[in-house]
Amino acid sequence: MSTAVAERPAGTSTPRGESAFRRIVSGNGMVTLLAVLLSLIISAVLIVLTDEDVQESAGYLLARPADALGAAWEAVSGAYAALFRGSILNYRADTAADMVRPLTETLTVATPLIIVSLGVAIAFRAGLFNIGAQGQFIFGAMFATWFGVHLDLPLGVHLLLVMTMAVLGGVLWGGVVGMLKAWTGAHEVILTIMLNYVAVNLLAYLLNTPVLRRAGTTNPVSEFLPATAMFPKLLGDGFRLHAGFLVALLATAFAWWLMSRSTLGFRLRAVGANPDAARTAGMSVKGTYVAAMALSGGLAGLAGMAHVSGTEGSLNTSVAGSFGFDAITVALLGRSHPVGVLFAGLLFGALRAGGVTMQTETGVPIDIVLVVQSMIVLFIAAPPLVRAIFRLPAPGGARARGTADPVTQPAVAGAAVTGAAGQAVAPSAQTQDAAVSATAAAAGEQDGDPHREKGQAL
Amino acid sequence: MSTAAPQPVTPRPAVSGADRTAVRPAAAEPQTVAVRNWSVPILLSVFTLVSLLVFSLNAPAETATFRISNPSDAVVLPDLAAPAGPTAWVLTAVLAAATAAAWLLTVRGRRVPGWLAGLFALAFVAAFLVWVVGSADNTTVFLTGLIAGSFTLAVPLIFGSMAGILSERSGVVNIAIEGQLLAGAFLAAVVGSQTGSVWAGLIAAVVAGVLVSWLLAVFSITYLVNQVIVGVVLNVLVAGLTSFLFSTVLSDNSSTLNSPPRFPQIRIPGLADIPVIGPILFDQTILGYGMYLIVGLLWFGLFRTRWGLRVRAVGEHPKAADTVGIAVNRTRYLSVLLGGAVAGMGGAFFTLVSASSFSKEMTAGQGFIALAAVIFGRWNPIGAFFAALLFGFATNMQYVLAILGTPVPSQFMAMLPYLVTVFAVAGLVGRSRGPAAAGVPYVKE
Repeated sequence: MSTAVAERPAGTSTPRGESAFRRIVSGNGMVTLLAVLLSLIISAVLIVLTDEDVQESAGYLLARPADALGAAWEAVSGAYAALFRGSILNYRADTAADMVRPLTETLTVATPLIIVSLGVAIAFRAGLFNIGAQGQFIFGAMFATWFGVHLDLPLGVHLLLVMTMAVLGGVLWGGVVGMLKAWTGAHEVILTIMLNYVAVNLLAYLLNTPVLRRAGTTNPVSEFLPATAMFPKLLGDGFRLHAGFLVALLATAFAWWLMSRSTLGFRLRAVGANPDAARTAGMSVKGTYVAAMALSGGLAGLAGMAHVSGTEGSLNTSVAGSFGFDAITVALLGRSHPVGVLFAGLLFGALRAGGVTMQTETGVPIDIVLVVQSMIVLFIAAPPLVRAIFRLPAPGGARARGTADPVTQPAVAGAAVTGAAGQAVAPSAQTQDAAVSATAAAAGEQDGDPHREKGQAL
Repeated sequence: MSTAAPQPVTPRPAVSGADRTAVRPAAAEPQTVAVRNWSVPILLSVFTLVSLLVFSLNAPAETATFRISNPSDAVVLPDLAAPAGPTAWVLTAVLAAATAAAWLLTVRGRRVPGWLAGLFALAFVAAFLVWVVGSADNTTVFLTGLIAGSFTLAVPLIFGSMAGILSERSGVVNIAIEGQLLAGAFLAAVVGSQTGSVWAGLIAAVVAGVLVSWLLAVFSITYLVNQVIVGVVLNVLVAGLTSFLFSTVLSDNSSTLNSPPRFPQIRIPGLADIPVIGPILFDQTILGYGMYLIVGLLWFGLFRTRWGLRVRAVGEHPKAADTVGIAVNRTRYLSVLLGGAVAGMGGAFFTLVSASSFSKEMTAGQGFIALAAVIFGRWNPIGAFFAALLFGFATNMQYVLAILGTPVPSQFMAMLPYLVTVFAVAGLVGRSRGPAAAGVPYVKE
């Protein structure tokens, strides 16, 4: 369906005043929406291919094709309906409370996810890849548990102290990375990956010593936190939703204020956009790296606390689950913007909460959620691929640079690209679409893309 | 006063040839002062101090016994019995001597040679082993088995790190080693079970590794997506996909889909009977032997052939490489895909050698240890080989310590590879710098 593009006379470049329709279909929102849709479609194919009823009816596909199609429809619609019932609204429930319970579950699961993802997003904006949210999350959870279990303080004070200490734990583990990067030039990706595993092993060790282990057991679990160190439930004991969700909303507001209204946020963004220019302007790039990693780690630590004090109640070796890595996907889907992260976190929280229902009711394993999640991110990271699949027009040259995400596609957005050795490499002014269409032109494709001429002219 | 100002500037009269030669030694002097790396002697001092305080002063009153041979071996060597106290003192003395030599060399402005560092590492590991085994509940350990086990555990690490080197030397950061290993393990199990042939399984593993690295290449080279992100996401994608297929398809049909044949151990007659070295080097599966071949080939290829020069040029300075007519992105594609093939073979190790079936996320972070080996080995196949061996040893010690019942928690051995890598990238253990253009996509202008 290359109608809109093909009718444009070849050779005319994109006009200055793009039509509203073209703006919408070539913009970021459209790409995100289509990326989600595409991932759900591919996952549906997976569900169909692995469904036993479908495999059975596929045996006599030619004789009665309707059976196979019916079974396929049954498998997919059943799975996705269960996903919906588990995450938004259980329309089969008898009472109103049971109906909305899934939505509260989504909010509960999304709470730590949103907070930890905000941290990752802030680091992204400062040009840092914090792959270490997992380790910082663990540190926050460990600090929260220790101060929660070992202290006896009145209601309110205890919770605040536990929160502060969890943030401190995350700041510590994140700040180390920032300092090592600032002082020695070590790459934060390697540092954070390695420190994740150090944190995991440290947690396993401490849970096997009296420091964190529950008295009278040899299992690696901690004592339960007292009620004073737990988030109060928001909707009564019948629901798991806790006050941590309000903290997540506050954290979102804080992150928004920090990034768009504060001096520090400006510094973070300036360093992220171009460290050399920021240094020339008199900013301390090293100090900014430390601040960014400390902030990022602090939020991850807070998320660890929200998980322990909100739902778990105690610490175990797998407390961090896959939060750290989910956070990267959430931050990318939210395009590193606090509000975007909030909604992306809610979406992935819904997928997680609904995935549990889907697994128990239809037998489709929750692992499919990982597939959906990673494919969404791959697709939004490569807009030209999504546009090519859906035959959408590409944005014009300057706007392509403007809409490209500096985190996922630094070379396209014109952001400073840092090599593995640490020094900034001059950004390329070329846009990605030109690069892609140049490849296509070289391959002899004739698709009427207006950028093809540009590609050939190079 | 005004005449004094220009005086510090060295007067440059027209000197004769004889004068010039006289000046030269003075000009060369600052150069010898400039290159002194104090971190090596300082680091060795710290380790010597640990050996003194922990291994020697805190030595157990036991005798650590290291068995070398099995009674059934062709040549039976006697056990090595090391009284923990005296042995620790002797080894600490060796460490102290090596440290003193390092200080002396550095003061004189010379480099500490590699063999001295190697000797130091060997003595330190020996002191640690004697201390740990001596303090354990069971003070006898089968040394040859310990080392042979380390070699076996290092096989997937070495394959993975070779994949990392191939990819990163060409300028594409490869965080997806974990995913490549996992995909290789999965497909090797499925195809191996279906065909009943280990070779078909190995080929399938290679195909799986190539598929994952093809995704890495397409997104990072063609679509210019940040390479770290693609790597991280691919790991999640492969983990999700294999776990999903495992739960839906494999677990119900494990006899037809998840019971692959295994590579047999091949004993090289004669050589395998050599004490110590024989069981370690000459009693392995075909994958174990292939590993040495690949390390050697990769080293030769990268540093002694035209192909290797091109790969490295593309990874260091793509623009310069492009200027002299090297197809940058094609070179990168080929390197990344070749790396995927190598990593796939490493993945086959999990299902065709070490375990008898595939299980969810069975690679358990080995891909990241392989990445650590790439960095610790400074992007050099030989270096990464030894780094992976060290990490394999640490992993094996983890199990041995748990069995022996020692004072050192096994979690600390598990941490070791990661901590060592943090020190390496932070420049505390030498400087570890990757290819300059790794992580930067190349767009022809």
